[in-house]
Amino acid sequence: MRKLMSNRLAVPAFLALLVVGLAFVMPSNFYFRVAALVWISALAVIGLNLLMGFAGQVSLGHAGFFGLGAYSVAILPAQFGLHPVIALIAGGAGCALLAFVVGRPILRLKGHYLAVATLGFGILVSMVISNEAWLTGGPDGMPVPRLALFGWRARGADTWYWITGGLMVIGALLAVNLVASPTGRALRALHDSEVAARVVGVDVGCYKLIVFVISAVYASVAGSALALVNGFITPDAAGFLHSIQLVTMVVLGGMGSILGSVVGAAVLVVLPQALTVFHDYEHLMLGFMMMAFMILLRSGIVPSLSMLIGGRRA
Amino acid sequence: MSVLQVEEIGIAFGGVKAVDHVSFRVNEGDVFSIIGPNGAGKTTLFNLVSGVYQPKYGKVLLEGADVTGLEPQTLARRGLSRTFQNLQVFFRMTARENVMVGRHLKEKRGLLAHILALPATARQNRESAAAADAYLERVGLGGYADTPAAAMPYGALKRLEIARALAAGPKVLLLDEPAAGCNAVETEEIEKLVRNIADEGTTVVLVEHDMKMVMRISDRVHVLEFGKTLAEGTAEEVRTHPKVIEAYLGTHGSKEAAVALG
Repeated sequence: MRKLMSNRLAVPAFLALLVVGLAFVMPSNFYFRVAALVWISALAVIGLNLLMGFAGQVSLGHAGFFGLGAYSVAILPAQFGLHPVIALIAGGAGCALLAFVVGRPILRLKGHYLAVATLGFGILVSMVISNEAWLTGGPDGMPVPRLALFGWRARGADTWYWITGGLMVIGALLAVNLVASPTGRALRALHDSEVAARVVGVDVGCYKLIVFVISAVYASVAGSALALVNGFITPDAAGFLHSIQLVTMVVLGGMGSILGSVVGAAVLVVLPQALTVFHDYEHLMLGFMMMAFMILLRSGIVPSLSMLIGGRRA
Repeated sequence: MSVLQVEEIGIAFGGVKAVDHVSFRVNEGDVFSIIGPNGAGKTTLFNLVSGVYQPKYGKVLLEGADVTGLEPQTLARRGLSRTFQNLQVFFRMTARENVMVGRHLKEKRGLLAHILALPATARQNRESAAAADAYLERVGLGGYADTPAAAMPYGALKRLEIARALAAGPKVLLLDEPAAGCNAVETEEIEKLVRNIADEGTTVVLVEHDMKMVMRISDRVHVLEFGKTLAEGTAEEVRTHPKVIEAYLGTHGSKEAAVALG
């Protein structure tokens, strides 16, 4: 049991060390900025992995929650004068409520049907954001007020590196806690066999809803963080392509692996930057590399590599 | 007193009456077997009793209370659990974790405590793990606790399902072909286990194709054919029942045999 405890905390501890360690080798502000973007995506992907990798339910509309979180730190301070931190919390709470209301009917669906229903939800959110220009600035986007805490203003890529890195580590910690709890076991159980989970008393519908709400809050907080880092937000954050990107990060990094979520996010954020040296062939290279990853490491990067190295599951 | 009572239950798929006005009563602590040729409706009957299917008509009473059409998870809370003919194991979890899921209803469920990993959650995990180990020991899988279910042999998975169902602490346990696909030694072990479970007071309702095992351990046997009750009685009564012999051996052979013998 002691061993299990140390195992559970190994991943968040490693991620914390990674955030601290990388800070010493970052050559410039640009790198801090890219790393901050990785931590933000990783946060959303950890949440989505709880839904997809652990509970086995797909969502092709998670950028919807990400976008709502992003716009809540833009709109709430501008319209109601709320502090950005309060706006971030309000966005998370609002997304939780929305996920609860939307999730009740659509989580009855399975597989492809659930995929299409969540896709529809995501598109709906991004259309509302694009069309309500009086509130959101429409397709042009809107500015986000700077974060200030007790007179101290968050600015500079390195500051955001630490804030987003901290959020990501906390998100990873809460996720591993959840997975190792009775709730986590119920979620993993319904992934493998809903009927077997039900006959030992697991209320499958209720648990799907719980994990959907949790993953929506992760996405919302990540969205808020991105808006605050960029100081500007456009409807792309809530768009279909972004939803697909999040799902790709989950699958590429490894379903059911918290560390994989961070690796998946890192690969898809960093690769396009690194591949700019190929100029016109950038997207071609990205596509090839993603296909190669999936063919060679078919359980996702982290689970496949850990199986290769020691038969140990990440 | 009958702990489980089924009254005139039935369901149809399209035009096929898969289960047709079947009734039976199961006494507490008994091993009650349901037998019949392939396609007789045994598993469908299990699905009706355990809430996986909704019956078209009829009633199910658990300890005298009407539980017809309740969801499986509600029935589990009322004390009814089951295993499956086709393995329904949580393959991505270890044997211990599989059985820990069986403790679900006995576990404290505070989401916030789980996310924050409060000491109460760690305590709960330890309790569930200890209970799971005891159930694994009981079904003879003590050595498999940390093995991923996907890496376990078939016979062991059959017993893992029983351990998981037992962990839910049921009053009535439905076992759907627990010995199917097992070799002679494994079958004998499962037979001992089933008898042992009943002796300790958990009522067992059994669907099984191994007739030797059924005849040895059943207190009562209920025979189905084409979704209908054919006969019910003690193992001895059922074994010698002419209709049962006919259903299992057929009448064709006996006619031809009679002709051949002149």
